[in-house]
Amino acid sequence: MSKPNIELINGNESIARGAMAANCKYYFGYPITPQNEIPEYLSRHLPAVGGTFIQAESEIASINMLLGAGATGARAMTSSSSPGISLKQEGISYMAGSEIPGVIVNMSRSGPGLGGISPSQGDYFQATRGGGHGDYRVIVLAPFSVQENYDLTMKAFDLSDKYRNPVLVLGDALLGQMKEPVTLHPYEPREFDKPWTLTGAKGRKSRFLKSLYLNEGDLTKHNWKLFQKYQQMKAEIEYQTYLVEDADLVVVSFGSVARIIKSSINMAREQGMKVGLFRPITLYPYPEEPLRQLSTKIQHFFVVELNTGQMVEDVKLSVDKGAQVDFYGRPPGSIPTPNELFEEIKKVYR
Amino acid sequence: MKQVFKRPKSLKDVPFHFCPGCHHGVIHRLVAECIDLYDLQEKTICAASVGCSVFMYDYFDVDVCESPHGRAAAVATGIKRARPENFVFTYQGDGDLAALGIAEGLHAANRGENITIIFVNNTVYGMTGGQMAPTTMLGQTTTTSPFGRDFHREGYPIRMAELMTMLGGTTFSARVAVNTPKNLMQAKKVLKKAFEVQIQNQGFSFVEFLSSCPTNWKMTPEKANQRVQDEMIPYFPLGIYKDSE
Ligand SMILES: Cc1ncc(C[n+]2csc(CCOP(=O)(O)OP(=O)(O)O)c2C)c(N)n1
Ligand code: SF4
Repeated sequence: MSKPNIELINGNESIARGAMAANCKYYFGYPITPQNEIPEYLSRHLPAVGGTFIQAESEIASINMLLGAGATGARAMTSSSSPGISLKQEGISYMAGSEIPGVIVNMSRSGPGLGGISPSQGDYFQATRGGGHGDYRVIVLAPFSVQENYDLTMKAFDLSDKYRNPVLVLGDALLGQMKEPVTLHPYEPREFDKPWTLTGAKGRKSRFLKSLYLNEGDLTKHNWKLFQKYQQMKAEIEYQTYLVEDADLVVVSFGSVARIIKSSINMAREQGMKVGLFRPITLYPYPEEPLRQLSTKIQHFFVVELNTGQMVEDVKLSVDKGAQVDFYGRPPGSIPTPNELFEEIKKVYR
Repeated sequence: MKQVFKRPKSLKDVPFHFCPGCHHGVIHRLVAECIDLYDLQEKTICAASVGCSVFMYDYFDVDVCESPHGRAAAVATGIKRARPENFVFTYQGDGDLAALGIAEGLHAANRGENITIIFVNNTVYGMTGGQMAPTTMLGQTTTTSPFGRDFHREGYPIRMAELMTMLGGTTFSARVAVNTPKNLMQAKKVLKKAFEVQIQNQGFSFVEFLSSCPTNWKMTPEKANQRVQDEMIPYFPLGIYKDSE
């Protein structure tokens, strides 16, 4: 057997390489820190595989280029960071409404406004609640390591094709900038029938992709159809647990902060405190049911986020009525250390 | 008897929703004739826009992709880059191209995207009820320039066909009108050239159509035609502004 291909790379490069491994051929973007290594890598490497890299004039243009490429059935991606994602929201809404696939990466930073370039989880609501206008959803994948940046980006392309829906990879400045060894798995191609793509009406009837439905009742029907699809996405729910079997307290965290708090949980364990971790990997659809199941056995949860309280709402909606949900939030602008979070665990642990 | 006039193959057999005297229908027809002429029906993908032309997929019998307001040139870029073998055009109003979409339009031109933009300038936002557009003429009253457009307040009407010529990536830029049979014949000739530029992979082509909007201009179709002649053409002169094929 050949040796696995392991390289030490940074988080952004890992995303770019995951995309290329998944046969992404088109990238459209506009520079913003802290995700610039993604476009930089793809600008160097896409041409060699017959792909196209365009540095667009804006985030708005790049999401709409993605819409156009996606409409032809091509595998395409855009990436940005928080303010840029805000600009892409209209396009994402149109893609969801017209059922056009495409992968969107948000290596988020701190806001609101220009904010700062430090890691933050302040875009959780924007990512999981639609963000743009209308009643739509996108699948949201939240990696917590450079390896998962690679694996989940690859997966994002499959899910996007499978559901004809945009898929968002939500990382942050920390996950974009840190370096780790990554096993660069080859992509195992998944074939998706695409009887809807725009390729020119040769030998078939002409097609259109649209989100406009003006006749009485038509839009309602369309939205019900989309809703059914969002329900089916629940099959993709992914999460990870760590030391929950005997736990008295379960920390719920995602992304970079879940990574940090794993160390804090180890510290707690060393002191005999029975603390575990529940880490959602799909933020939409949210792993409601597994969390509810867990809450019938363990009644105390501690949500920790790099914001002032967003995912905590989903946790409260998921857990058993009797369960207690404590929260610690760190507003954007600084990153908690494992020691600091251990102190926070001590405060709530009974 | 020999049939001398018939519906273009690439136009579906359904009545237009456009108001009486609106030029959108004529322009649709000219575009469809060119699609037929170059046998492009099976190769074409259109990036539609919002505005009165939003229902293009009901009329053109070609593949059509909806675009958000102003973004058709970016959508067309994505389509064309992914499928260079297809014929790709956008169909945009003045609100669409010259307001929200001015960056997308100019940058697509500047990159020399091998696409064609059909730009319909009726000096007004038609679909939303006659508000001021970037092309609204000085002195023209609209629902949001009730005292007449004044350059001190609202700036000048933008001349897109000329603006496009400034960009290195533009291969072809022209302005035409369809208010008289003569202008219409000329428009068809110019449109054919724009199509040929793309078909021969020569880069970005742009055709601005001066168009009427009798409804929002509050004029009869005849008066509206006359306005194109008397007011629009002097400020927006017809002609080929750039042809570097
Ligand atoms: C983001 C956004 N802003 C505003 C609108 C509303 N809107 C729809 S059509 C239109 C004006 C279209 O005018 P124009 O492009 O000149 O086309 P016409 O109707 O005159 O043919 C506007 C402002 C929209 N659909 N989307
Ligand atoms: S509102 Fe104006 S542009 Fe729209 S269809 Fe009527 S006449 Fe034509």
